[in-house]
Amino acid sequence: MLLLDRRPHLGGNVWHPVLGGSRVPEAIPLLRRLDRPNVRIVTGAEVLDLPRSSTMLVGTDTTAEEVGYGQLVLATGARERVLPFPGWTLPNVTGAGALQLLAKSGLPVQGRAIVVAGSGPLLLAAAAYLRAQGAEIRLIAEQAPRRRVWRLAAGLVRERDRLRQALDLRRQLGGVPYRTGCWPVRAEGDGRVERVVLRQGRHEWAEVCDFLACGFHLVPNTELAELLGCRMRAGFVTVDGYQGTSIPGTYAAGEPVGIGGLELARVEGAIAGFASTDQRERAADRFAERRRLSRFRGALDRAFQLSPQLRAVATPETIVCRCEDVRVGTVAPFRTGREARLQTRCGMGRCQGRVCGPATEFLWGWNPRGIRPPIVPATVEQLTRRAVPDAVSGARS
Amino acid sequence: MRSERVRLTLDGAPLVVPKGTSVAAAILSTGIGRFRDSVGGEPRGPLCAMGTCFECTVTVDGRPYVRSCLVECVDGMEVATHERAP
Repeated sequence: MLLLDRRPHLGGNVWHPVLGGSRVPEAIPLLRRLDRPNVRIVTGAEVLDLPRSSTMLVGTDTTAEEVGYGQLVLATGARERVLPFPGWTLPNVTGAGALQLLAKSGLPVQGRAIVVAGSGPLLLAAAAYLRAQGAEIRLIAEQAPRRRVWRLAAGLVRERDRLRQALDLRRQLGGVPYRTGCWPVRAEGDGRVERVVLRQGRHEWAEVCDFLACGFHLVPNTELAELLGCRMRAGFVTVDGYQGTSIPGTYAAGEPVGIGGLELARVEGAIAGFASTDQRERAADRFAERRRLSRFRGALDRAFQLSPQLRAVATPETIVCRCEDVRVGTVAPFRTGREARLQTRCGMGRCQGRVCGPATEFLWGWNPRGIRPPIVPATVEQLTRRAVPDAVSGARS
Repeated sequence: MRSERVRLTLDGAPLVVPKGTSVAAAILSTGIGRFRDSVGGEPRGPLCAMGTCFECTVTVDGRPYVRSCLVECVDGMEVATHERAP
């Protein structure tokens, strides 16, 4: 078995190791189980392309190697949806989970004033973590209206584990203002964010801060699944009961299948793992647990649906494509994302539309771009060196 | 317990951080938010912290456009901010 992870260490975002701390207890037995001779782990690795059937081009640092496979499990996770508002490109404006990740990877936040904004349960988790590290959380601004957040909370009564998590977070965040129907309308500062102007209803005010941690829930990382040609529905990978995609031998688990959180992702991952190794009975043993956990998936989507008023926050001068510095006013006249891309380079930069794609989809209903290899930026050496046999390259030099 | 430390340079100046610190976190910890300049010349720093957005790229040991959020600091590493966008 080959395990590829983009980061320098295993654990993803939720189980990202904490600098100077110990591993999340649940992660320890799983990591130990991977310590076997038939498991090869490559960190800092990304799939660049799928040059042939059942073959992937895997990039690490400056090199790339072709890897053949029989079965493939996609566990590509999600990223934060970030939406444009004036000043969102200023340094120290980050995603919500992003600032938490930076703190886990060694950024001291003791005494720093932080506004956490956007949408979703990640705001609470990020704020609680940052506060525990000594940050001063000025405010948590959740865009969803109060009634939807309450309805979600009321539904937790049936979900014992999630209820306990929610109560824990509430205790850790005691005294921190949590405002609903509230979002940033602009960030200001000289060279980095110094204050953020927030709006709740008709009320607008400024909060002084060192960081604005702002993410509007999650969008799935489906680029690899799309490149493979997996059937998609409403932006997510379609799977059967065994987490199998429409491509034989290819499975998907976690957020690419639907935003449902850690526990559901773990069960789906187990099912995909068993199914891909001919252990279908053991996979089926987990179906009931998956059914129970996935009830929450729809509830999350409903609760944190974006308010249409968020579309009015960006001004014509606001940058929408950060890679190419394309402004809202420049792309808004185009009818489709494709036209805008061809005329303005919106979405053609290094992130390949991963940041502005979900934003333009929300703002103007544009469909995300088609996927083309390499699906992450690669060097010419990575793309050519592996393809040229040694003998040939030797003859040329 | 005192954690192990690594020594690197940031824009030529020495910097000592706990072992395991990401390059992005190390740069931010010095108070620098401007990692690089965008194509339009605007200051930019980390946004996603997970390798997706490419806003935090810096030059590491002479190699340009390295996502600083995905790399850990090691002894002797030379990090330079203010690269220009490709």
